[in-house]
Amino acid sequence: MFAATTLALGVAMILMLIRAVLGPTVYDRVLAVNSFGTKTVLLLGVLGFLMGRPAFLDIALLYALINFVGTIAILKFFRYGGLMTAMDDEDPIRQEGR
Amino acid sequence: MSEFLKISGRRIVLVLALIALWMLLSGYWNKATLVAFGAFSVAVTLWFSERAEIVDREGVPTSIFPRILTYMSWLLLEIGKANIIVAREVIRPQIKLAPKMIRVPADQPSDLTRTIFANSVTLTPGTVTVDVREDCLLIHALDEKLADVEGIAEMGAKCTRLESGRGA
Amino acid sequence: MELFADTLSWLLLLSGGAFVIIGAVGTLRFPDFYTRTHAAGVTDTLGADLVLLGMLLQAPDAMTAIKILLIFFFLIMTSPVATHSVAHAAYAGREAPLTGKLLLRQNVPLAPGAEDEGGAS
Repeated sequence: MFAATTLALGVAMILMLIRAVLGPTVYDRVLAVNSFGTKTVLLLGVLGFLMGRPAFLDIALLYALINFVGTIAILKFFRYGGLMTAMDDEDPIRQEGR
Repeated sequence: MSEFLKISGRRIVLVLALIALWMLLSGYWNKATLVAFGAFSVAVTLWFSERAEIVDREGVPTSIFPRILTYMSWLLLEIGKANIIVAREVIRPQIKLAPKMIRVPADQPSDLTRTIFANSVTLTPGTVTVDVREDCLLIHALDEKLADVEGIAEMGAKCTRLESGRGA
Repeated sequence: MELFADTLSWLLLLSGGAFVIIGAVGTLRFPDFYTRTHAAGVTDTLGADLVLLGMLLQAPDAMTAIKILLIFFFLIMTSPVATHSVAHAAYAGREAPLTGKLLLRQNVPLAPGAEDEGGAS
């Protein structure tokens, strides 16, 4: 039964990769890669059960955290052009609205 | 004085939570070297959070701890219901969507409850918080029937009650 | 009792896998970025939760169960923040949403309060 779930996750990951390659905007790609990461976490957990190696769950836990930090870092990089910029500068949209 | 006690209370909660997390993740209770390294990592984490000044009401939100559990179980049910609607839209042979941008008033007094509200809206499929403003949230809804302002505003009222107790 | 738990966890795992695939298909099929975030949300919430619950019922010892619960907790905490930051970045980058039944492209409202309700239908 874990094999069926692994198969489903693999198919869904391939679909996500297609979206990441096709995606017209950069946001589509980031969304697809983030969702791909969530599926990777699930796949690691399920594979740990399938192969009888519960240590995979630790890797899944770490991957869940790194995936989140990576998504935020990529978005911050695209928004501000660097990772060292302070994030509390004024919002360009609000600025024009005034 | 009472301010200091409050803050150090948060510190104690943080240290206890970190120790519990380390114990749970590693599972070593009686190997002196490993326990020493665990204590060291807890100390380093505490030092980092002091240095980043995040040990405050938002970093360690002790005021909502008991009530957040009932709220989360209610939220899980809502997520289940909304998921089925969105899944039905996905597997419809001909895509028939009517997306909509709505504004929902968010008058939560504190940033913490407002964050919980915005995150709950995003966590519920079919509605994604696009922008958080002074007095309202800008929400993108997938369909007309998912875009009910009253229902989402009621979720916001529940979030306000998380912090202030039964009243209001 | 054993049989009951096994059957329940099989059901949870299978339906979780089905929801994950539905979310991925929706991400491929939906017409614009904002609608795709909703489809990706199906995977991030119900799909992940069902698969993790199914694994929880199969956990051999308490340690594994606690780790699965921690993954569950982290996913619940982080996935809405990630989705919101992508959506907000798209909004700040003037990605125009399609609105209404006709899926017309609505200009991104610049000033707070300037957007027209309901879109162009």
